[in-house]
Amino acid sequence: MSSVRLAWAAALVFAVALFPLPWYAGRSTAALFLLHDRPWLWPGLACLAAAAVTALVVPRSGRWLVALAGAALVLLLLQGIAIGLPTTTWPIAAALFGTGIGQPAFGLGAASAIVAATLLIALGFARARAFNADTTVALIAVAGGISLGLFVFLPLLRVLLDVFVEAGRFSVAVALDRLAAAEAWGLACLAGGVRCGVVWNTLLLATLTGVLSTLLGLALALLETRGGLARTGVFRALAVLPLITPPFVVSLSLIVLFGRTGIVTTILWELFDIPRTRWIYGLPGVLLAQVLSQTPIAFLLLSAGLRAIAPSLEEAAATMGARPARVFATVTLPLLRPALANAALLGFVESLGDFGNPLVLGGEFDVLATRIFFAIAGARHEPGRAAALAILLLGLTLGAFWLQERWVGRRQYTTIAGKGDAGIPAPLPVGLHRLVSALAWPWAAFTAIVYAIILFGAFVHDIGRFDLTFTWRHFIEGFAIERSDFGLHFRGAAWDSLFTTLEVAAISAPITAFVGILLAWLFARTSFRGKSTLEFVTLLTFAIPGTVVGVAYVTAFNVPPLEITGTGLILILCFVFRNMPVGVRGGLAALAQIDRSLDEASATMGADAATTLRRVVLPLLRPAIVAALAYAFVQAMTAVSAVIFLVSARHNMATVYIVGRVEAGEISLAIAYSSVLIVLMLVVILVIDRVVGAARLGRRTAAPLLRVGA
Amino acid sequence: MIRFDSVSKVFGATRAVDRVSFTLAEGTLTTLLGPSGCGKTTTLRLIAGLELPTEGRIEIEGRDVTAMPAAERRVAMVFQSYALFPHMSVRENVAYGLIVGGMAKRAALARAEEMLDTLGLAGLGDRQPSALSGGQQQRVAVARALVLRPRVLLFDEPLSNLDARLRRRVREDIRDLQRRLGLTVVYVTHDQAEALAVSDVVVVMREGRIAQIGSPRDLYESPADPFVADFMGEANVIEGELSPGRDGLARLAIGNHTLDVALTRQAVGRVRLAIRPEAIRLALPDGEAGLPGTVQRAVFVGAHIEYEIDTPAGQLFATAPSTEPPVSAGATVFVGFRRAIPLG
Repeated sequence: MSSVRLAWAAALVFAVALFPLPWYAGRSTAALFLLHDRPWLWPGLACLAAAAVTALVVPRSGRWLVALAGAALVLLLLQGIAIGLPTTTWPIAAALFGTGIGQPAFGLGAASAIVAATLLIALGFARARAFNADTTVALIAVAGGISLGLFVFLPLLRVLLDVFVEAGRFSVAVALDRLAAAEAWGLACLAGGVRCGVVWNTLLLATLTGVLSTLLGLALALLETRGGLARTGVFRALAVLPLITPPFVVSLSLIVLFGRTGIVTTILWELFDIPRTRWIYGLPGVLLAQVLSQTPIAFLLLSAGLRAIAPSLEEAAATMGARPARVFATVTLPLLRPALANAALLGFVESLGDFGNPLVLGGEFDVLATRIFFAIAGARHEPGRAAALAILLLGLTLGAFWLQERWVGRRQYTTIAGKGDAGIPAPLPVGLHRLVSALAWPWAAFTAIVYAIILFGAFVHDIGRFDLTFTWRHFIEGFAIERSDFGLHFRGAAWDSLFTTLEVAAISAPITAFVGILLAWLFARTSFRGKSTLEFVTLLTFAIPGTVVGVAYVTAFNVPPLEITGTGLILILCFVFRNMPVGVRGGLAALAQIDRSLDEASATMGADAATTLRRVVLPLLRPAIVAALAYAFVQAMTAVSAVIFLVSARHNMATVYIVGRVEAGEISLAIAYSSVLIVLMLVVILVIDRVVGAARLGRRTAAPLLRVGA
Repeated sequence: MIRFDSVSKVFGATRAVDRVSFTLAEGTLTTLLGPSGCGKTTTLRLIAGLELPTEGRIEIEGRDVTAMPAAERRVAMVFQSYALFPHMSVRENVAYGLIVGGMAKRAALARAEEMLDTLGLAGLGDRQPSALSGGQQQRVAVARALVLRPRVLLFDEPLSNLDARLRRRVREDIRDLQRRLGLTVVYVTHDQAEALAVSDVVVVMREGRIAQIGSPRDLYESPADPFVADFMGEANVIEGELSPGRDGLARLAIGNHTLDVALTRQAVGRVRLAIRPEAIRLALPDGEAGLPGTVQRAVFVGAHIEYEIDTPAGQLFATAPSTEPPVSAGATVFVGFRRAIPLG
């Protein structure tokens, strides 16, 4: 975009921000008519007006523009935060403008003013010859930075600050108390007490999940790549399932199998008089559910790792006289080390962030994610306690990512270097073959049964009580459609949440993919000061557990100036910022395959950055865009941890609705709804795969569809 | 005309281009020559505007373009990888710059077709670039650059992706095109033979600086230093004492041996001399003084024979046409120099 055009666009946005758009949410008055009795709006708007005029009149204004528009942005946000509801207004604002003042949240007008400020800052940087003097690059970078600040770091900061607040007062001692609370760190269980701290619970569960899923994944991967099997498609098919199912669906199935009235429990009782117990509710159940969900992902990682080992290395060891067992121990396994570490750490991190399974199956066994939820949504609303627990969870997660980065992130183990490497992977040693077969087949069968239960259970009367008469009842209850005088009437109880979910997913997925790909392009193809920081921060948002995001959003966006709790907008924003890093990663991987000289050729032929992006880069990135789109869509349909904080009566999501059914004991309806979701997702994936397949340009597609870790 | 005035480009801690100044005349073909990492490609990218200089000033046709981005410079470039857009047909590739520049699509495609005709690519417009041979792909890249009527045309190692047979022909094609259209061309290569064959002017670079600028003949016959001498075809560098001799020859003393040599320029006293391998004579006519030497190795490589000879001046690398009688390894010879290049 040309510099002049951008200046006019910014001025126009600023003009409509003043008039006619309503400045506040839920009011109709434009800023122009508010100025006379709200002096605190003056400084920000004056700076913004000065910036807009400067942009239009002085073509070489660079730094001045950045300073003015930057000041406008800060002043506008600051007045919004400082003067909120009368009760939350800062003392300094009351001293300046009189007591009893207050104002509602930002509306369209204020939002436009912030957009105008963003445009002008970007324009200023471009005119000051920063960002390669290109307005498009400046715009993407500045808008990306500001929105990450507003929708990731402001909410997180809010949570961090909440730790210090007790009854409206700020106290460091309170914060330390909360972070070191016995609830989190207690060791009573070691001394014969009832329970240990929730941090230890979380760590124990996450470690076990990481280790067990990696071992089982390794068994499956070895059998697939080295087992000499004719057909291994069944493993891959099973591996896709966890990616398209809501995380707690496995728990539902486990209840059906092992609950007090479950199928297996009943059989054992009837045949062997083994008493019915509730053992599944607690650590064993949650662990089983998480390992079931995580093993396929470990399998995918380890299978890729095994394939990346050049067969010639194993053949070389064999020609030097090593027997199969020795080749495996001295060549294969060491080369697989990074993939193993990766799989284990990913299992660990996924378990830390998992909320659905502990909620459904946890029983008395609490983990950080569930404890945070109940501190906010439980009988007592304790934001301070929730914040402390959220910080602990965030700390554990970032620690794990840091470990992963340090341990495997930088090491080079890739042994296939683009050249074709003839040779056959070494077959498994006989003993090992038996062992992995004994582990892998039963586990694969178990996984298949767990998912089959969901599909099967939807069509029988009450699978939870072993009542297997066929029925459509659950679908009718959930998805009945009636013909009335006014047309079709979606009477089923599930329709509302399903429509909301589809709508939110359909709106957020394209935004997520588009923003993610644009940022990927920015990181891969441009250079400017602060780029590496912005890139680091973008990818870091990926590491924040959903529960923490949920708490942060619900506390930060519940009050002016950004009051969007209870709207559909907060759901969309949440998904966009949570899933965008995956789009960025997919885009980066795809861009690494596209020769940079294509961009440069376009530039030497007279195309500016925006034209190059539109005509060369985006068409070539189509597979990555579609993959990011699919990922974002599926995530928006299946996520539960963050959104459970953010849904409202008007905007309920499918997953949250299902969790509600489970808590109300309506397992069958929950199962029926889950099976509908799974089938829907399969259709979406297949359709998208068709599209990607058609868009392939004879190059390999980046496949973040199978990229894991949300 | 392209003028560099003390231009530097710094990447982190390395000065890829270090205070380089030169002026390239309109309508000439200049090669930037040097080993990898010498800054020649960075210099080319500075001309294109793909890099902006850290310091210094760049002019193209009298206009200061120092801070001008690539898109505004009207400098076309043919990339080493050709950089043809894989999602466009050959015709769309050639029309790209015209369309981006605001020409109507129909007119742009027609102009692209004409350009394809001119370069002997008629009928290939509908193909995908990947369906063409390497040589054809390169001509498409050239067509795509020429269709914009650039002020300057840049080539980055244009022959490196072609097989040996094609190289000579493409080299001649580029030279013909440049002469016919009177283009100002800058051409990057690391191959001295290529540079000698196509250039009006050669700029030899080394570690970010200019080692020497001159015509191919100048550089070959009077290199400024041992680096240029060695880089412009191989050279043996020896030391000796020069004094005036008879018949326009100079008298060269090495240790207690003396011999007559022809010099490329006048020099006396203690100097370093570069001797081209083909300027070394192995079998001296009777009565002529030479350096005694032992043939260490004789290798037949087709058109000529390569010798390594131990002499009091050090080990010498010599070549002789294979039509001359061969000398076998271990033989003792008397070595003479047809021509020697005194180094600065």
